[in-house]
Amino acid sequence: MLSIKDLHVAVEGKEILKGLDLEVGAGEVHAIMGPNGSGKSTLANVLAGRDGYEVTAGGVTYQDKDLLALAPEARACEGIFLAFQYPVEIPGVNNIYLLKAAINAKRKYHGEPELDAMEFLKLVKEKTKLVSMKEDLLNRSVNEGFSGGEKKRNEIFQMAILEPKLAILDETDSGLDIDALKVVADGVNSLRAADRAIIVVTHYQRLLNYIVPDRVHVLTDGRIVKSGDRDLALQLEERGYDWVRKEAAAA
Amino acid sequence: MATQEQDVEKLVKKEYEHGFITEIDAETLPPGLNEEVIRHISVMKGEPEWLTEWRLEAYRLWLDMAEPDWAHIHHDPIDYQAISYYSAPRSKKDGPKSLDEVDPKLLETYEKLGIPLHEQKMLAGVAVDAVFDSVSVATTFKEKLAEAGVIFCSFSEAVHNHPELVRKYLGSVVPQGDNYFAALNSAVFTDGSFCFIPKGTRCPMELSTYFRINASNTGQFERTLIIAEEGSYVSYLEGCTAPQRDENQLHAAVVELIALDDAHIKYSTVQNWYPGDEEGRGGIYNFVTKRGDCRGRNSKICWTQIETGSAVTWKYPSCVLRGENSVGEFYSVAVTNNYQQADTGTKMIHLGKNTRSTIISKGISAGYAQNAYRGLVRVGRKAYNARNYTQCDSLLMGDRCGAHTFPYVENRNASAVLEHEATTSRIGEDQLFYCRQRGISEEDAVNMIVNGFCKQVFNELPMEFAVEAQKLLSVTLEGAVG
Repeated sequence: MLSIKDLHVAVEGKEILKGLDLEVGAGEVHAIMGPNGSGKSTLANVLAGRDGYEVTAGGVTYQDKDLLALAPEARACEGIFLAFQYPVEIPGVNNIYLLKAAINAKRKYHGEPELDAMEFLKLVKEKTKLVSMKEDLLNRSVNEGFSGGEKKRNEIFQMAILEPKLAILDETDSGLDIDALKVVADGVNSLRAADRAIIVVTHYQRLLNYIVPDRVHVLTDGRIVKSGDRDLALQLEERGYDWVRKEAAAA
Repeated sequence: MATQEQDVEKLVKKEYEHGFITEIDAETLPPGLNEEVIRHISVMKGEPEWLTEWRLEAYRLWLDMAEPDWAHIHHDPIDYQAISYYSAPRSKKDGPKSLDEVDPKLLETYEKLGIPLHEQKMLAGVAVDAVFDSVSVATTFKEKLAEAGVIFCSFSEAVHNHPELVRKYLGSVVPQGDNYFAALNSAVFTDGSFCFIPKGTRCPMELSTYFRINASNTGQFERTLIIAEEGSYVSYLEGCTAPQRDENQLHAAVVELIALDDAHIKYSTVQNWYPGDEEGRGGIYNFVTKRGDCRGRNSKICWTQIETGSAVTWKYPSCVLRGENSVGEFYSVAVTNNYQQADTGTKMIHLGKNTRSTIISKGISAGYAQNAYRGLVRVGRKAYNARNYTQCDSLLMGDRCGAHTFPYVENRNASAVLEHEATTSRIGEDQLFYCRQRGISEEDAVNMIVNGFCKQVFNELPMEFAVEAQKLLSVTLEGAVG
């Protein structure tokens, strides 16, 4: 589904990703772990198409398409969803209005008729249960005055509605207490499907107790230096990142 | 012989200069402004002597005044002697004969705004045969208004049919010498709207200039006078949401509102005059004086304006809160793009006890535009328990535009409670990216964010107006980002 080959990315002239390779198949859950500043968020942002990230070498193929050639909104319509580390507030724009615009933009992109208000509300009702969204949050301005947990929950709720093919969760666990973490993880788990891939970018293995990954990758200094199964995550928790770095340096 | 010839020439020239004895052009005066011109305007309109004198008084005041230079705007000097001060409402023969003759860019905009065809014709100034629906609609409306006792007509008609009302109220809110442009308007105004809501009457419909098609061609010096008697209510809509075809460079209008005891006037404006092109060439200079007088107890005047047009906007719809418990409100969205400049805001003059005012101003700048909010809250000595809440928000798009806020407060009563909040934000790359990541195109995302920003003001507009205002904003800001 997603194939990243020798990806080099610079931000303001500084190289952050230095030859990253990654293969993600449909139905798989991959965890990307790594210390601060290793390039985890850069990877998430590049995949979603954020401005200011310059790809200097390498490429990304997504569902047989050259992903990097697509505008951010086209990537979204093609099924890529980024759950933001810091979801922004948009004053005056109703949360549910944004969602309706999003889902209909996607349907339009695929030549499908727009959802009418009734169909949309039915969908919303169904998905609110999934992440136990409080209904009053739906009619508030996007993320305005939401607590940290509510913002993250809102991201997963949007993900549930938009049903992406490839979901990238960028440090979704940061700033969540254990209860919120469980709710978010439950939501993500319920969205695991044979035709859907999920990339979980995280700092701590804690989240991986709840969202059990098929593969774990260690990203340090702009490259994936070690990959393994979920045991690798446990090892990392025990021993930190330094030994992986040293191992990589030795090799 | 030679001198004789010169004398003859002089004489001929003189006649030509004054132009009104011989009918060179029955509808347009040659450029220039003097007392003769003003008398002539008055004569052509068949006005009573008092009004002619009133105009002349204004003119004499104007002569001693200087064009204000305190606003945060820059424009080429205006040559007041180069303007023709009387041009009868444009007749069919002046306008384009059909839509084919109209600038396609203008039509494209109409299309985007979803304006029906016959309305497009009206806006573009195409000669319209009097067979389309709105004529019969207009007639029905007139009947309905007459039944309720509401007077709604052109200013000229009012001068003829209701001279006592005009004489009583004209200039009672904005006196002739109020400011440079108001003085000019008072001297040379050609037409405008007049509206009178009798005691205890709730005007049965929203009044709009649309139903008085003639009035939309009244040229650059309109005069509007609205009087709401005790306990009455009226909602008045001014302007139209498509750019009006208009060659006049200078607009100096005056609007006066009078609310007596328990009366409520709601005045909504959508101003979309020609803003000039992308390079800042052309466009209207819009210098408008709008003021409402809450003369009676418990009266209320509410201004809502959406300003998207004009090269230069200079406009401060204000409320004089004279009556006890009276309420003034000002809701404004001012959008400037390319090289447009706006210096706009309001004045809330608290004179009576327990008077309250609210100011919500939203300024949006894009391109190279400059957008300033200028507001005054004044509380007089006797205005016990006056309250004001002011909120000014500015939104910047791109990094070459400017937003400025000039709030003034003059408080002479210690019991007043005044609040002021102001924010300036840039349309966030983060917000845009967030929307785009959800599949929404950049253009739609901008619209969504801008509309969210303006929501508080749009909520004050009558329903259909709000929808059109949203569309208008998106057309105005098209291509402003990216």
